[in-house]
Amino acid sequence: METFALYVLTLLTIASALVVVTHRNPVVAAVALAFNLISIAGFYILLGAQFIGLLQVIVYAGAIMVLILFVIMLLNLAEEVGPHPAGTFQRVLAPAVTAVFAVVLGRALWRDTPSAFPPPTEGFGTAAVLGRELFTRYYYPFEVISLLLVVAMVGAVLLAKRKLT
Amino acid sequence: MIDPRFVLVLSGVLFALGAVGVLLRRGAISILMCIELMLNAANLAFITFARLRGGPEAQIYVFFVMTLAAAEAAAGLAIVIALFRLRGTTDVDEINLLKW
Repeated sequence: METFALYVLTLLTIASALVVVTHRNPVVAAVALAFNLISIAGFYILLGAQFIGLLQVIVYAGAIMVLILFVIMLLNLAEEVGPHPAGTFQRVLAPAVTAVFAVVLGRALWRDTPSAFPPPTEGFGTAAVLGRELFTRYYYPFEVISLLLVVAMVGAVLLAKRKLT
Repeated sequence: MIDPRFVLVLSGVLFALGAVGVLLRRGAISILMCIELMLNAANLAFITFARLRGGPEAQIYVFFVMTLAAAEAAAGLAIVIALFRLRGTTDVDEINLLKW
């Protein structure tokens, strides 16, 4: 059952990522990205990190994707036409270099990793444990990140509002 | 039984796919979406390592990365909107004022 879920999620993740990278219509790519984010949330839950998995669905697949879709439809973006990047050089070289990068990265990750997970620790991935950590040991980073959100919000409003000339 | 190496390699492949997208796509919003893809690949690796190691630290980092991604999306999309107002396009190949 676990293995079956793993393979289905892997298939969904790779397929939707391919659509995001290749589809010329931004709306289709955005919906595929939402699919991708939800299947990654499935991975989190499969690995035992339920709280992060739920956050992924709410924050990523919910809030961020709505924001992106909203902007795409606000700007009424058309499909990309013509060849993808301007230069043929970049068009050929980019996939090749990235494929080499993926192979190197995959080999490095494969080599030094044990082949099975240890049994989960007590309360792994629950909101209770994460919340306690967040408000004790990681209290200052938590405050800084909330400040960052405020700054980003003010910056976004300023950038989108002012007429640039 | 889930093999940690399988999930890690999947996250590597996802990261590479996102990188190809950033290099190949021309729409600014498409590039932003591919960056989200790469961020998520890194998060997946974080969660795998968290499960391998046990403690809550890596999950806290994923929490912070998600917050950062939200901030990045807000600021990035605002820049795209300002750019669209100014130039009437989001094609990054046509936005070359700072190019030498």
